[in-house]
Amino acid sequence: MGSERQISGLFTRDTQRDRVVPPTGFTATLTLFTSAVMGFLVVFALALSLASSRLADHWSDALARSATLKISAPAEQLEQQVEKALAILNTTPGIEQATVLNLNDQRRLLEPWFGADVPIELLALPALIDIREEKKGFDSDNLRLRLVADVPGAVLDDHTRWRRPLVVAAERLSALGLFSILLMTGASAAMITLAARAAMSANAQVISVLRLIGAKDAYIAAAFVRRFSLRAFSGAAIGSLCGAVVFFFLTGAQDDLSILTGIGFQGLEWLWLFLIPPVFGGVALLATQRAAQKVLGMLS
Amino acid sequence: MIEFDAASYSYTGGELLSEMSLTITPGAFYFITGPSGSGKTTFLKMCYGALLPNSGGLQIFGRDVRELTRDDIALIRRNIGVIHQDCQFLDHLSVTENIALPLSVSGQDRLSDNLNLKELLTWVGLKGRASALPPELSGGERQRAALARAVINSPELILADEPTGNVDWDMSQRLLQLLIELNKMGKTVLLASHDLSLIRLAKSQVQARVLRIANKRIQLAGADL
Repeated sequence: MGSERQISGLFTRDTQRDRVVPPTGFTATLTLFTSAVMGFLVVFALALSLASSRLADHWSDALARSATLKISAPAEQLEQQVEKALAILNTTPGIEQATVLNLNDQRRLLEPWFGADVPIELLALPALIDIREEKKGFDSDNLRLRLVADVPGAVLDDHTRWRRPLVVAAERLSALGLFSILLMTGASAAMITLAARAAMSANAQVISVLRLIGAKDAYIAAAFVRRFSLRAFSGAAIGSLCGAVVFFFLTGAQDDLSILTGIGFQGLEWLWLFLIPPVFGGVALLATQRAAQKVLGMLS
Repeated sequence: MIEFDAASYSYTGGELLSEMSLTITPGAFYFITGPSGSGKTTFLKMCYGALLPNSGGLQIFGRDVRELTRDDIALIRRNIGVIHQDCQFLDHLSVTENIALPLSVSGQDRLSDNLNLKELLTWVGLKGRASALPPELSGGERQRAALARAVINSPELILADEPTGNVDWDMSQRLLQLLIELNKMGKTVLLASHDLSLIRLAKSQVQARVLRIANKRIQLAGADL
């Protein structure tokens, strides 16, 4: 009952109580500045985390539904083996479509390495078949066994080998972003705790007067807690607003740079930013409350 | 109201008050007198639970101080008005806000709703100084403001520690009259002072008991005062 009243007291506005602590001091600036900077950085960490998560989903989803069949054979046998491979692929459950890459497709693939003018028709290149899977996928082991028998030069690549590390890397990057947010929040809590303790020690005389006239610990603590929580909330709001503005213009201006501009917010993801100020306010509330109890215990 | 039972108090430097046994009875007017450093302030601080006896017993409003939590002591202090020599104000708040602070602390009516505040300011003669800040007040005005703050919650007990120490004789008399008025309203008053003229003046107007602290002990003073 008492603690409920104590907590509800933090949220009710008491003009007189809110004024008992002198409004100025370096701790006010420190709390506001720290929260603003941390709020700004949290926006970046959140953007990184969300973008990595998006990337992991995208790679996982896009590459999971495609595979490539490479057929290396003497020129006179190549066409025959391709036809056999197509026949097998078209009768394999779970394969939606199998398309042989023509010379133009192959030229486009090699262009980044050899340039646009390479005489690709003179090169002994393997034939490539692009496989699109159905949602349920296909049995790659079974397909390999069938290909070994009829198309000895075929090598099936279902992209697992390099898809998995990419997805894992993106997932780790996302986790790193979340971990950074935790670190920043923790650092803010530590900074606010120090600021609150410094403020209370500097206002020992105020606390002494309040005790003299019968103030309970909850009343004294609330005067400091409310102030620090509001400062942390305001600082984080300013910081996250600045971060949001930066990302809004960053992504808007460079649409063509998909990897870089991927680090940002899309659609409903922007709503996450509204959580930053209340979280900082809550963290400050808990940190200051704890600091206040400690200092009031020491000053008694 | 307050009961000392062989209570002693020691600082790290040694014993200051030794085996005090006395009872503060409701409605009485007490003077605490004694030389500087004899322990008058310490005695008053024990009366409102700011200091605990090292040995012996002390009960405030029937409760053993050793069993009280900080919040219990806070509740008890709402029934005790304390006036220090240095007044102890919050310098960034106006006189009115300082005087009304005990109301906010005890969760009573807000400042604007308190109709008694104007009467109280008039009673202590600070009506025209309501919006002044404490550093702008003279010594006498500060003491009167401290008195107003001490009584705004209508406490049963008023403790005044050398309230006339920094003011002239006229102002001392005025403060004394205010305390006597409060006593006549039924409040118990404990006034620490080494000013014998003031004590004699009070005794001519009210039945005051004089407690003298000497040689670490407290005793009822004789008829010489």
